[in-house]
Amino acid sequence: MKKMLWLMVFLGLVGFSLSMAQPRTVKIGFVSTLSGGGAALGIDARDGFNLAVRLLNNQLGGLPVEVIVADDQQNPDVARQAVDRMLKRERVDFMTGIIFSNILLAVGDAIFEEKVHYISLNAGPSEYAGERCNPYFLNVAWQNDNLHEAMGQYVNTRRFENVFILAPNYPAGRDALTGFKRFYKGKIAAEVYNRLNQLDFSAEIAQIRAARPKAVYAFQPGAMGVNFIKQYAEAGLLREIPLFLPGFSADSDVIRAVGRPMVGIYNSSHWALELNNPVNQRFVEEFRKAYNRTPTLYASQGYDAALMLDTAIKAVGGDLSKKDDLRKAMLAGFNSTRGPIKFNPNGYPIQNYYLRQVVQAPGGEIINRLAGNIFANHSDAYVSQCKLK
Amino acid sequence: MPPSLFLEQILNGIQFGLMLFLLAAGLTLVFGIMDMINLAHGSLYMIGAYLTATFVGLTGVFWLGVLLAVVGTALIGMLLEVSVLRQLYRRDHLSQVLATFALILIINELVRIIWGSQPLLLSAPEDLSGPIEILPGLNYSAFRLTIIGVGLVVAAALFLLVNYTKAGMWLRAGASNREMAQAMGVPIKPLFTLLFGVGAALCAVAGAFLGPILAVQVGMGESILILAFVVIVIGGIGSIKGALVGALLVGIVDTAGRAFLPLLLSQVASPEVASNLGPALASILIYLLMAVVLFFKPQGLFPART
Amino acid sequence: MQRNWLIPSALLGLLLVFPPIANSTGLEFYTGLVNKIMIFALAASSLNLILGYGGMVSFGHAAFFGIGAYTSAILTREGVTSAWVIWPTAIVICALLALLIGAICLRTRGVYFIMITLAFAQMIYFVVVSFKQYGGEDGLRARRPEFGLFELDDTTLYYLTLAVLVGTLYAMARLVNSRFGRVLQAIRENETRAAAIGYPIYHYQLVAFVIAGAVAGLAGLLMAHYTQYASPNLLAWQQSGHLMMMVILGGVGQFWGGVLGATVLLVVEEILQDITIYWQLGVGLILLLIVLFAPKGIAGLFWRRPQ
Repeated sequence: MKKMLWLMVFLGLVGFSLSMAQPRTVKIGFVSTLSGGGAALGIDARDGFNLAVRLLNNQLGGLPVEVIVADDQQNPDVARQAVDRMLKRERVDFMTGIIFSNILLAVGDAIFEEKVHYISLNAGPSEYAGERCNPYFLNVAWQNDNLHEAMGQYVNTRRFENVFILAPNYPAGRDALTGFKRFYKGKIAAEVYNRLNQLDFSAEIAQIRAARPKAVYAFQPGAMGVNFIKQYAEAGLLREIPLFLPGFSADSDVIRAVGRPMVGIYNSSHWALELNNPVNQRFVEEFRKAYNRTPTLYASQGYDAALMLDTAIKAVGGDLSKKDDLRKAMLAGFNSTRGPIKFNPNGYPIQNYYLRQVVQAPGGEIINRLAGNIFANHSDAYVSQCKLK
Repeated sequence: MPPSLFLEQILNGIQFGLMLFLLAAGLTLVFGIMDMINLAHGSLYMIGAYLTATFVGLTGVFWLGVLLAVVGTALIGMLLEVSVLRQLYRRDHLSQVLATFALILIINELVRIIWGSQPLLLSAPEDLSGPIEILPGLNYSAFRLTIIGVGLVVAAALFLLVNYTKAGMWLRAGASNREMAQAMGVPIKPLFTLLFGVGAALCAVAGAFLGPILAVQVGMGESILILAFVVIVIGGIGSIKGALVGALLVGIVDTAGRAFLPLLLSQVASPEVASNLGPALASILIYLLMAVVLFFKPQGLFPART
Repeated sequence: MQRNWLIPSALLGLLLVFPPIANSTGLEFYTGLVNKIMIFALAASSLNLILGYGGMVSFGHAAFFGIGAYTSAILTREGVTSAWVIWPTAIVICALLALLIGAICLRTRGVYFIMITLAFAQMIYFVVVSFKQYGGEDGLRARRPEFGLFELDDTTLYYLTLAVLVGTLYAMARLVNSRFGRVLQAIRENETRAAAIGYPIYHYQLVAFVIAGAVAGLAGLLMAHYTQYASPNLLAWQQSGHLMMMVILGGVGQFWGGVLGATVLLVVEEILQDITIYWQLGVGLILLLIVLFAPKGIAGLFWRRPQ
């Protein structure tokens, strides 16, 4: 049909189309980073999402599901074209999947203007948490600052003085260091922003060496994290200056890539492999069975996004035209891999944050183990600026 | 600024410059002798890195993997010359740019089909993954030092090849005057194929050693390709010496700019502004260098042709 | 001549009726696509002017395309909403930029010209990306400006683009057949001879370069209106390559080369994207085959260059 149409445009004929009657399915546009340095994140999120859909018998809230996946190549321009296609050609009911905040901010308005609910499973920019909060935006995972706030709190309680902080120069990177500084009260040795998608950190490492800090806190998502930690270790700094990370840079994908140097590193997370609740236990077990690898927090977030949609669609009886009711149902919360969670009016979750440590298990496997609690029922710092009810 | 920081950055610059030289050497000879713009040169660098990651994974020995990858990439390079690139020598630059641009697209997708869209993992060999104390109190990555060593050895070997062998003599003859060399009986066809093989092998060495530092991923060849072009234009097309000088110049200017400009700027501006402006200025610096060199010496620093 | 305009006129008629038909059948998406094709046709035609008619292989044409888009985005961001201000500003900025870059680059020849135009485009790319307040690497949202006479929505933008494209092509047709155009082509064919006859080569080429830059800026402006977004991708060297691909595909120095190349390339890309995620493989293969076996492009198959 489509190719026919092209042919007609091409030959200079006038096209016409048949309108086809379709049974009501719920169409999900899943735009995510599936190639390049951030691919591991998008692939895990997608696999988690698909796993949940499959375990729900390919239905969400009783409606048959069609998930349309597109790769944004971690490029705002490509993402815009993919989103345009999802909204105008596929006419999806919900959108989700975007990993990187800069990508989300480039496409967010276009989605909200079409009155399509965007369920973020990762990117949680501060821009959408405060004054510019939007009734069509909701994040099942966290607000960007949160995991860094938790680590700031931890580094603060350990009374480290003179901490060197480093993040990529993009919205989530700026949120990260803002979050860290919100709870870390000591002296900052230097605050450095590197380029997003930078792979060689020799300049930053030289800067760290010259600054002689007591600790380093670095947020580097995806392949950047792998490279940074490897090069930090290769330069011999890991033995001299302790490195603290958010959970993103210390999950099983990074551990697989970096290996032994990771052992001992503390990191923060809202989720952990061994969280003791039935949803999580089933998720971890089924994920390992289906994909033959240990799930990351991104996978848990993808899984949760599908569970939340399931709960919300069920609550409105499958009537997707009730957009306000859908939102209310989503904000009321659902039973996640982190236990039951609820949401603030700005669409961001209220939840616990944990401390984890990378350890070598007796069998030799290197894993991330829960090492304590940092925050309980923690909200983001921007919710009071949001006028939504 | 502590002197150790300065020294470390200069080493980083030399390390990057030497790898750039490996890419630029092949490019400049092909460019100089055949008058051929080969944008797909960066793809050979990518193929080299992918083959290294694959062979290191298969054999479990880094150096053996590198060797196999270098041989494999050289073969692929020669195959490419015989099958496609040979058709382009007599065509104008425009056709060459386009055809080799098309090759970039094709090779990128083939690599994606074979190896997937996720970056491959390539780690430095275990015994080089730690630091070495090069000066009292200054640790430097052993692997980066190894890269500098490898770069110097390959550069020296290339100089010997070009200056003291028959093939090298032919190459120099071809670079300074192709028609004359051909008239004097230089076997141009096999020489060109061989040249492509050598160029590809050099790319593979660069890919193998930059792979563990950067990432083995689709598209890795394109950003570095532009830098390699800048190098050979600065150095003078067809000149190995020019490529070496240009590569070190670009490597050091780029690395030092990236490291020191933000530091200098942070003295006068906020860290965010400094980190915005610094890398941008550093990125512009090399193109500015090239534009200035071309403005005053339109043939580059060491023109091969007279 | 008569026959040469027959197909374009039929095509124009078709383009005029396309949006209402597409919109009434739920295919708005394709109105957008045709709009995008027209914008790229404009940009590719401007490149064809210097590359095809002037023999100047510029590998930095995307710079003007992107700066046109960014000027629009930045001005609306700074509170300028009138198109009557934004349009002339963007075009003048691109023309001045082309004057500056052309004045320097045209001192070099051949490969060096290719490389130095690339260098300038790269510099502009990195400068734009460094302005975080204007989006940096993430690009900048570009609201559509106000014309006063009509509301600029998807449909009016389509007709606006069509009008600009038709007007520009008409002007270009006049230009290449004028004395100026013939001298430009004479320089391409034999620079030494043209110089010997006494033409100021440098000035002729510079004027052509400036016109091409201004038209590319105009195309970029329309692109920013179309996507309501200025992306650094518009400035990247790959975009220059993309425009070059269109020109070569369509036919270098063939009047319809830019239009044809943009249409075919974007349609092929769109179809291939539907078939496979490895669509660039198909694009690459087609391009390679064209270069190897149809060096005069698609237009070369239909029209012959007058001897």
